[in-house]
Amino acid sequence: MATITIDKVSRWFGNVVAVNDVSMAIGPGITGLLGPNGAGKSTLIHMMSGFLAPSTGAVTLDGAPIWRNQQVYRQIGLVPERESMYDYLTGWEFVLANAELHGLPHPGAAARKALALVEMEYAQERRTGTYSKGMKQRVKMASALVHDPAVLLLDEPFNGMDPRQRLQLMDLLRRFGADGRTVLFSSHILEEVEQLARHIEVVVAGRHAASGDFRKIRRLMTDRPHRYLVRSSDDRRLAAALIADPSTSGIELDRQEGALRIQAVNFQGFTTLLPKVAQRAGIRLYTVAPADESLESVFSYLVSA
Amino acid sequence: MNPTVARLTLRGLLGRRRGLLLLVVPVLLLVVSAIAAGSSGDKHDLVVNVLGKLGLGTLLPILGLVVGTGAIATEIDDGSIVYLLAKPLPRWKIITTKLAVAIGTTWVFAAVPMLIAGLLLYGTQEGLALGYTAAALVSGAAYSALFLLLGVVTRHAVVAGLAYALVWESLVGNFVEGARTLSVQQWGLAVAESVATEGSVTSAVSLGAAVPLLLVVAVAATALASVRLAGLTLASDE
Repeated sequence: MATITIDKVSRWFGNVVAVNDVSMAIGPGITGLLGPNGAGKSTLIHMMSGFLAPSTGAVTLDGAPIWRNQQVYRQIGLVPERESMYDYLTGWEFVLANAELHGLPHPGAAARKALALVEMEYAQERRTGTYSKGMKQRVKMASALVHDPAVLLLDEPFNGMDPRQRLQLMDLLRRFGADGRTVLFSSHILEEVEQLARHIEVVVAGRHAASGDFRKIRRLMTDRPHRYLVRSSDDRRLAAALIADPSTSGIELDRQEGALRIQAVNFQGFTTLLPKVAQRAGIRLYTVAPADESLESVFSYLVSA
Repeated sequence: MNPTVARLTLRGLLGRRRGLLLLVVPVLLLVVSAIAAGSSGDKHDLVVNVLGKLGLGTLLPILGLVVGTGAIATEIDDGSIVYLLAKPLPRWKIITTKLAVAIGTTWVFAAVPMLIAGLLLYGTQEGLALGYTAAALVSGAAYSALFLLLGVVTRHAVVAGLAYALVWESLVGNFVEGARTLSVQQWGLAVAESVATEGSVTSAVSLGAAVPLLLVVAVAATALASVRLAGLTLASDE
């Protein structure tokens, strides 16, 4: 059982604040670190893996500071985002070297076991420079697992993987989570995180935006006020009928666009209301488009929630 | 010494194109010596020019630069150093191992050819061959430590190293007397001076100053590199 604690941590680079007063605890099981690109996910993972000092605050593993403390690596396995990994070594040589560097008593056996776990034995005699992205990712996993760590940190592990490799890796991570290990992975894709992690930490623009069960966060994301752009055969009459219902909170008649801009209070209510109202009034709907469905807008909503 | 770190470093240094690049130094030195051996000039001057100016003054610092930075800077640049650092290994052990490999490589590719070239040109007369070889051994070690440190502290290790070796040691050293006191090349020459027959090699620095300076530079560079490696910050992509 291992817990990484991030306590009031900020990190800035010159004038740029990458992580702003974040506190969270990552315990056993799988945690997804979710956020758009540039939100500070990598900065957080770098601090958790001891490759970046927090500007203020503390990052600890079971109470021990991680920065400048090599002993934590007995418990931490790290899968970095970058791909370079001694291209001139074969997969076997690479994982074996990692086992030796950990000072394991039986490095050969440990390397064999780790390569079997990620199902890479078939290519272990090939140079890692010749591997595909997914294969590299799996060998990186093997190198991170070779010392049987209690904590596994993965920076964007699914980037560039094909669907089959993705499922394989998810399966592997699930097993680790079920073993009671602490698994943390970062991703900017909600669906990815949702499939794997029960617990989610959301960061947006360096701030800790939300934390908790993925269902709760999913609900936050879908229940937020939505904005729609609607074109119909009679915009004015439609607007009048819609504003009478409590599921809308504001409607603007955009003369230039020739459309209605509607602010809906909740997603469920509005999406059932709109067709009903239109039908009853005999109005044709030409366009119904969500106006702010980008991931960034979802995230920025979470920040203000 | 950590055997795994040593193995990785050596393969990184000698593998691929870098291995061929390293070969250029001994080949150049030996070819020039072979040509010079057949010429009919003053042999003593020839040895001083080939071994001293070309070997010790130019080829050795360049080789030291390629090897010293290649032993660590390439790994820091491409990020593969994480696999060494995410281990419960004392940082000084990583540095001293890499330094040992760098020194060994510099000796094989510079000091040994220096000895062969010296014997080829001048035999054992005046102890010149041995003197310059001793100089290549000590200077090679100092360059390795210095350039290894540069590889840890700056992303522009090669440029900084070239600036030191070519601009400071060669250019500034030629015109400014005092600059020679702080020159690995001159410290090496001081060692050569003491090994060879009196009067056959001259250095701007006395042996009494050169030896402590060599030791201080090598030890301080190694210690500083270890400290800096322990606090290495990996560049974030964000």
